[in-house]
Amino acid sequence: MVPDPKRCNSCKDSASSRDSPEWTRPSAFPDEVLDRVLSLMESHKDRSSVSLVCKDWYNAERWSRSHVFIGNCYSVSPEIVARRFPNIRSVTLKGKPRFSDFNLVPQNWGADICAWLAVFAAAYPFLEELRLKRMAVSDESLEFIATSFPCFKSLSLLSCDGFSTDGLKSIASHCKNLTELDLQENVMDDLGGGWLSCFSENFVTLEVLNFASLNTDVSFDALEALVTRCKSLRVLKVNKNITLEQLQRLLVRAPQLVELGTGSFQQDLMPRVYAELESAFNNCKNLHTLSGLWEANFLYLPVLYVASASLTFLNLSYACLTSSELANLVAHCPSLRRLWFAVIIVSKTEVLDTVEDKGLEAVGSSCPLLEELRVFPADPFDQDIVHGVTESGFVAVSRGCRRLHYVLYFCRQMSNAAVATIVQNCPDFTHFRLCIMNPGQPDYLTNEPMDEAFGAVVKTCTKLQRLAVSGLLTDLTFEYIGKYAKNLETLSVAFAGSSDLGMQCVLGGCTKLRKLEIRDCPFGNAALLSGLEKYESMRSLWMSACNVTMNGCRLLAKEMPRLNVEVMKDDESDDSQADKTGSGHQYKIPVMTELTCTQILKIASLETARK
Amino acid sequence: MSMPLEELNYIGLSEIPAMENSEKLASKGLNLKATELRLGLPGSESPERDNGLGVLKGFTSGAKRGFSDTINGDSGKWVFTGNGGSEVDLGKNGALFSPRSVNGSGSECTSLKEVVPLSPKAVHEKKPQISAVNGHGVAPAAKAQVVGWPPIRSFRKNSMAVNPPKSDEDAKLGSGCLYVKVSMDGAPYLRKVDLKTYSSYMELSSALEKMFSCFTIGQCGAHGVPLRDGMSESRLMDLLHGSEYVLTYEDKDDDWMLVGDVPWEMFTVSCKRMRIMKSSDAIGL
Repeated sequence: MVPDPKRCNSCKDSASSRDSPEWTRPSAFPDEVLDRVLSLMESHKDRSSVSLVCKDWYNAERWSRSHVFIGNCYSVSPEIVARRFPNIRSVTLKGKPRFSDFNLVPQNWGADICAWLAVFAAAYPFLEELRLKRMAVSDESLEFIATSFPCFKSLSLLSCDGFSTDGLKSIASHCKNLTELDLQENVMDDLGGGWLSCFSENFVTLEVLNFASLNTDVSFDALEALVTRCKSLRVLKVNKNITLEQLQRLLVRAPQLVELGTGSFQQDLMPRVYAELESAFNNCKNLHTLSGLWEANFLYLPVLYVASASLTFLNLSYACLTSSELANLVAHCPSLRRLWFAVIIVSKTEVLDTVEDKGLEAVGSSCPLLEELRVFPADPFDQDIVHGVTESGFVAVSRGCRRLHYVLYFCRQMSNAAVATIVQNCPDFTHFRLCIMNPGQPDYLTNEPMDEAFGAVVKTCTKLQRLAVSGLLTDLTFEYIGKYAKNLETLSVAFAGSSDLGMQCVLGGCTKLRKLEIRDCPFGNAALLSGLEKYESMRSLWMSACNVTMNGCRLLAKEMPRLNVEVMKDDESDDSQADKTGSGHQYKIPVMTELTCTQILKIASLETARK
Repeated sequence: MSMPLEELNYIGLSEIPAMENSEKLASKGLNLKATELRLGLPGSESPERDNGLGVLKGFTSGAKRGFSDTINGDSGKWVFTGNGGSEVDLGKNGALFSPRSVNGSGSECTSLKEVVPLSPKAVHEKKPQISAVNGHGVAPAAKAQVVGWPPIRSFRKNSMAVNPPKSDEDAKLGSGCLYVKVSMDGAPYLRKVDLKTYSSYMELSSALEKMFSCFTIGQCGAHGVPLRDGMSESRLMDLLHGSEYVLTYEDKDDDWMLVGDVPWEMFTVSCKRMRIMKSSDAIGL
């Protein structure tokens, strides 16, 4: 971008600007001011905007940036990142498409961290933080991190795969300044082996420890000692092998905890121990977040009541409480802002099941400050069990919790009228993810498509950023989305739509769209190609089991050479996990440019029905 | 630094190693169907493959499906919702695009045949509203299980599956069920039974026989013994009462026990899941 000397006060490289008659004011924007302002800017989106103003601002921004966020690891090469940003201390990297969480991406697809690490070791020897999501991370990579970055402080692995507890041993052994080790929902080999014991006895800096998703035991003595000496520990999430009695001992050592993930919440406790546990919770005055609670025995939930008044985030998704247990618990949590839970089925004899909704009704009446609700189905793959929450639970919450803006809701039945009521009660939704679990299911009251439901959502919720649709949907839904959802950034679609028009409406109307993921919809080449101009401003597009053909992809790749278009073809073998390097047709055509990011479109031709 | 902007042949012949299939394609220009992007909805038939795998093979790869309901009569075609003879069957008329030449040009795109747009109603006219009073032990009007649906992270799915069914009656007012999983060696999917609906081992045993009789057809077939339908049940009973299968269960201490040793009530309280085991595996019980 060529700077205009008349407009840009800070450009010093054209000396003539100062002699220009229009240039009457002295420079009002010295470097020091700009640097100071930039140092206060955290948001990478803001920084990206700043960098586009002019060349000087671009340079000032790139030198001052300490954290880089890369939403799609194939959109840019590590070398380019290193060249542009010389002073990075913290990196967030996301890899695989989100649908890999649901086994729609073949094994060994990519998103390996190791190429990045090699570049970072050279360019950022003082790197402190790595936050990885859906990346492939090996034990060798973990060891490389542990040994290459002497200032390394913070490691967060979310939905990653490819490593084992051996890799964790490296981290624990070598990272003397570690403040955070956060492991969530990774696919890893849990070999036990006492990785936690590898923290040295002099190690005291830990602030965040989350190993809730590991299956094997850690040495409790080592854990207790670690918790004792790390006085700054504020987040502790243990795995389900830690018993209630052990939990009590930990809490006594760390009353300063802000976030706690318990272990198994089921044990035969002597009354004395029960009282001690309650007392320990009572001493945790700063506790805001509670999770874990595996196999929670309702008899012991009351120990939480003393601490629950200040809870703002309660994650019960592994607790499998009944509705009445949930109701009792939330009655003690008036400050709750975020609630996640899983519905457990109690009775199979009721046809119209409202038992589970009772829990949600209690939430509606007890938690007026609620902003986020996630309801997961317990045992969703059991075909015999058909009950779960219905629309009335959701409506009940919307009536009581007017500040609700984030919802993820799995249900078995829904109606257009209910959704319309819900968004009328809560017009501030930014994230609306509704999953009617039977694909293509219509409004259960009227048997009509659910078009009007999502129409109501997009018309009423003007701040909507993320939408996931489900149920029986025609192109009308997508016409609504394209017309009204002007702030929409992420859209997930499955088993919906009637023709190319649907996708065309979305691509044409949603100006801020960044991520579009589609599976099992009748959108074909015309739809795909209608978005040619759009894709460069998006992070990614996923299409699987749609009507797109190889020719369509070929044309797309040809028309938009800066896009990374990838077609994944699955083998016809039973074993979908088999190594495909020989016969898999994976074509990655990386094309990098300097200042702009390229995007990846993944057109997966996986035959999902076959698995 | 940036890679040369060459327009790569989409098959990527030049750079990428180990693409013997693609080379075969380019040189022979044949068998483009093998690399066709597949159509639409699950349940549609795939084009013939080189390796001669039958259509059915792909389907029996471990996915849970309501077995007999999803086979559409004699054609052997799998359909999505399991309604016999539903018009979802895309099969060969659903395919997909015009035959391509290897040097397919852009203009071909416009002539690519769009798939017959499925009116969703056709797919779901028999909405599987499962009534709860289904009767135990009977597969519901089958919902074929689709990969990656519902969209729940594998981790969460596995964690929840591990949670043993709560059998603490005190905790649940009016709770009347005790579902446990039943697996059978060699069967492609598991079943669940509600132990509360039986009052004795005999009832449980005969219910399991009915449930799993269909799988032994395959077993017998594998041994070369031809079966007619009427024979299946008695054949299963022979198998169960004979020495070929043993019914075992996993108790609360994670031990595998032989069914029948303890009183029925005690069994229902301590049983977490069951397994119909081949006798040859049941050493040590």
